[in-house]
Amino acid sequence: MLGEGIIKGMGETARNFLGSYVSKKRLTTLQYPEERAPQFPNARQFPFLVYDGEDPEQGLRCVSCQICEKECPPKCIYIVKSKDKRVDYKGQMQFYPATFNIDISVCMSCQICVEVCPFESIKMDTEFELSSTDRFAGLLVRKPQLAKSNDHYRKIHPHDAAESDAALAAEVAKVQAKAKADAEAKAKAAAAKVAPAAPPPEATLAK
Amino acid sequence: MTEALDQIFVTLKHWLVSLCPAEFQVLASIVLSVAPILMVFPGLFALVTVIERKGLGRIQNRYGPNRVGPFGFLQFVADGIKALIKEDVVPRRADKVIHFLAPLALVLPCVVVYAVLPFGRNMTLTELDAGLLFFFAVGASTELAVFMAGWSSRNKYSLFGAMRAIAQMISYEIPLILSAVSVVMIAGSLSLPKIVAAQGTYGGWLPDWFVFTPWGLAGFLLFMIAASAESNRAPFDLPEGESEIIAGYYIEYSGFKFALFFLGEYLGLFAISGLAITLFLGGWNAPLESLAWIPSWAWFFTKLIALILLFIWTRGTLPRLRQDQLMNFAWKFMLPLTLINLVAAALWHYIPAGFTRWFMCGLMVVGPYCLLGRGIAGKDKTSKRVYRFAD
Repeated sequence: MLGEGIIKGMGETARNFLGSYVSKKRLTTLQYPEERAPQFPNARQFPFLVYDGEDPEQGLRCVSCQICEKECPPKCIYIVKSKDKRVDYKGQMQFYPATFNIDISVCMSCQICVEVCPFESIKMDTEFELSSTDRFAGLLVRKPQLAKSNDHYRKIHPHDAAESDAALAAEVAKVQAKAKADAEAKAKAAAAKVAPAAPPPEATLAK
Repeated sequence: MTEALDQIFVTLKHWLVSLCPAEFQVLASIVLSVAPILMVFPGLFALVTVIERKGLGRIQNRYGPNRVGPFGFLQFVADGIKALIKEDVVPRRADKVIHFLAPLALVLPCVVVYAVLPFGRNMTLTELDAGLLFFFAVGASTELAVFMAGWSSRNKYSLFGAMRAIAQMISYEIPLILSAVSVVMIAGSLSLPKIVAAQGTYGGWLPDWFVFTPWGLAGFLLFMIAASAESNRAPFDLPEGESEIIAGYYIEYSGFKFALFFLGEYLGLFAISGLAITLFLGGWNAPLESLAWIPSWAWFFTKLIALILLFIWTRGTLPRLRQDQLMNFAWKFMLPLTLINLVAAALWHYIPAGFTRWFMCGLMVVGPYCLLGRGIAGKDKTSKRVYRFAD
């Protein structure tokens, strides 16, 4: 009969209305600033720069190769290369960024900078409460704000951070192995250089 | 004591008027009668917007506004301030005079109709002999304002919305008035205080309200359906169907003019709910004789809030109708039912009280409802859809 569905629907909404006062489980809304939803493992917002150790200036992994600056589709990264070099985490002499700015009003969170970076130095952050009253200077993020420790990265993306750490460890191990091999080769060469000099006395002795 | 409490506003007004010098007494009387209406009902509007948003939220299993003030009940203050400080945009090609007048022309009749509603014993602003006629005549002029708004905006969506609104309001005006006519037939008067007085007796375990008769119940339901269509409430909110025509006839209104449309819509809703109370729910009469010590105006406002909550409940429940369903429903279902209801009311008047009268009138209401309902429902019989190529 006409109207049966209406009565059924009214009953359903009445149950929802009263039920929302009785059981908290029905209310799926989170009261945002006080309550927060758990973050998804792959959540990403804007890039940040990883540093190792304690000092954000000294431990910065970035060697200012400017690949990310070139690859960035909306061109939101601005890098000025340093004039001098310094020792990086592998013990090699490298440049470092004198200036590193990201305009997050332009950034589209595509993560291409992260993918192209050969030094595991730029990663995606999960910070999203970035609103500012100044839309130009307030959204231009500079090096001191961009530099965040590796511990922070381990905290926000544990899985990716483990991979990144492993890759870096492998890199360091390779460099050290190469250095060791180089050193051995050098020692061998030195030994070889010394060896030809030695026989003559023997020869003279033999004679 | 009960008498004094019941008449407290009336005595207060007479006392205040008597304080005035003789030459200002007429003016003071007018102001003191009109000002409370202009304060109470917009205040009720402010409260109802919050209650509606919270209620709809709970129906949809969310909180609704809960930030401004205690439990979010001061949300209307924030909304009002927002509406006041917003830029008032008028389209360059709009007919500026009519564009300006339309919100006022909508709010004004919605306020004027309160003049004839009896809010309590001796609490009718003007006791017109043809009060019901006045209510419908003035109430119908909101259609003009709606069309003014739609036409003057020079926007095709607003014009569409206005055309829809006009079509809907005119179609539902007929069942609205015809369902009220049955009350006039029984009460024998167009005067609203007299209609209330006709329902003021208590017989048996039910009060003699018109809603407790077969024709009255049918009339009440038809009246409420037509009233929700008349005040553009869901499920009849086609004039502002967001998915099709955005905001309908008030698409080009912003700031406080938009708020005025909103106010007019709600004032119209309260007025027509008040009329439904007056016609069918016994006006300001108490439901039981033992409860008559509660002041009459308190009963009126209790019933008013109950009806408003009913409107909010239906809005939270029912999905919107399609335009053709809307028209079919008005002309093929409601109009015949109201006409048959008139005959049922006439029978009720002529058959002496007793079981026969109940049975005959009940049959005259339920029978056509089932038959017409089957006709309406049978059209949309759903069958399993057959896909020729996808399967």
